[in-house]
Amino acid sequence: MATDNLVEISGVGYAYDRRHPVLTGIDMAIPRGKVVAIMGISGSGKTTLLRLIGGALQPTQGYVKVDGQLTHELDREGLYRMRRRMGLLFQFGALFTDLSVFDNVAFQMREHTDLPEAMIHDMVMMKLEAVGLRGAHRLMPSELSGGMARRVALARAIALDPMLIMYDEPFTGLDPISLGVIRNLVRKLNDALGSTSIVVTHDVQEALDIVDYVYYLSEGVMVAHGTPAQMRASQEPLVHQFVWGEADGPVAFQYPSRAYSEELELV
Amino acid sequence: MFNRGNIINVRTVGHHTIDSVLRLGYATRFFALTLLHSGTSFRRLHLIIRELYFTGVLSMIIILVSGLFVGMVLGFQGYQTLKTYGSESALGVLVALSLVRELGPVVSALLFASRAGSAMTAEIGLMKTTEQLSAMEMMAVDPIARVVAPRFWAGVISMPLLAAMFSAMGVYGGYLIGVVLIGVDEGSFWSQMQSAVDFREDIVNGVIKSIVFGIAVTWIALFEGYDAPPTAEGVSGATTRTVVTSSLAILGLDFILTAFMFRGI
Repeated sequence: MATDNLVEISGVGYAYDRRHPVLTGIDMAIPRGKVVAIMGISGSGKTTLLRLIGGALQPTQGYVKVDGQLTHELDREGLYRMRRRMGLLFQFGALFTDLSVFDNVAFQMREHTDLPEAMIHDMVMMKLEAVGLRGAHRLMPSELSGGMARRVALARAIALDPMLIMYDEPFTGLDPISLGVIRNLVRKLNDALGSTSIVVTHDVQEALDIVDYVYYLSEGVMVAHGTPAQMRASQEPLVHQFVWGEADGPVAFQYPSRAYSEELELV
Repeated sequence: MFNRGNIINVRTVGHHTIDSVLRLGYATRFFALTLLHSGTSFRRLHLIIRELYFTGVLSMIIILVSGLFVGMVLGFQGYQTLKTYGSESALGVLVALSLVRELGPVVSALLFASRAGSAMTAEIGLMKTTEQLSAMEMMAVDPIARVVAPRFWAGVISMPLLAAMFSAMGVYGGYLIGVVLIGVDEGSFWSQMQSAVDFREDIVNGVIKSIVFGIAVTWIALFEGYDAPPTAEGVSGATTRTVVTSSLAILGLDFILTAFMFRGI
């Protein structure tokens, strides 16, 4: 039965090897129709969490439930059925370099549906229009700028009108104009398609402007969560340092080392 | 005897052995999955045809030119040797049998490994590095069915065709040198060749060899690409391994196949 939360994560732990857990005791709920951010510094386990939601990894503890289904109980067919209703935007787009922009966006439609080519054409053009790149449908990925490639990847991710759109670091390495375009698209597409979105990012200000709720991860543990306003006002030292981009704090500026005076042989 | 250095050496050898066995198991599983997903490729023939162009058609130039030169060299060398025994008229037989039984399948497979095998490894390795394969997985499309299987069958189909072209071009090269340049009798060149080359013993065996080489080279190339670490160094190492491993596999398999095929002689 459908619940109000599209994604439920309970007590999730994940470890590539037992001694070094990547995630520990994560509890999250992502309500339908909302845009939720998962934030944290590099290496905090954000992308691993996204891969767990997409079923690319299985939790070593706890469970991940997407649309009422436990991902670790799904067989390959079940997992693929679930993924047909998901869209994932990779950090650098991951466009198929041997296919044109049009064919990239049409890829899933051709793979998963028997729609006539004329209808696929119209649907692809609608998706490309949504990201402002209808005129670029004949170009190859090598002819696109970084921002354009990200927009095409976004059009591809929403090709089958997914129930869940996931973004892995969508703002990384973009110029300010492209960044603004992508940021607004994340919100607009979510609302227009009636989807639910999860944005994994460490670009704080860009994300806080468009999301409904934020989960903050540090070293694989959920340390804070709240609305963007609550995160901005948070006095939790880790969150405060992260949101305001302070160089030193709980996350030390210096990599662990022996004393400076000792290093310079002053004592 | 059991000092620390020796123990470390034994441990390293043990690690390498376990790694190699694991990798072989993984490669075998990969091969089985490729065969399992081949039905999808044959239902969507345009995927195989596209790969046939990249692996087969684009390898034709190097195969044809090499075949011609190998045949011409065989013409010179064969004539020199046969002249000593006064049997220059058997030049056609020597050229044809050398090419159809051995040089055609082996040299064309070595060239195929360097030209098409390395390209396949680099392409799939880069697709993995740039997360294209993961993207496909996340779109509920199996990369083995969509990317690997069509390339595998394209390699297996093109290899015997390329070997046949190599041999045909080689025979023509031998004819150019033996008959046109040196002046061996044209009638005996062709007629002796025709009577000495047996369809079952020579041509079919040569085709079997090239099919086996095609399977080996394409499997190695695809597996190396699919298993490549997703870094620039990883892809470059995988490409090198494809050429080295497939070349050794071709030579090793050639020895085994030849030993079986001609054991009655």
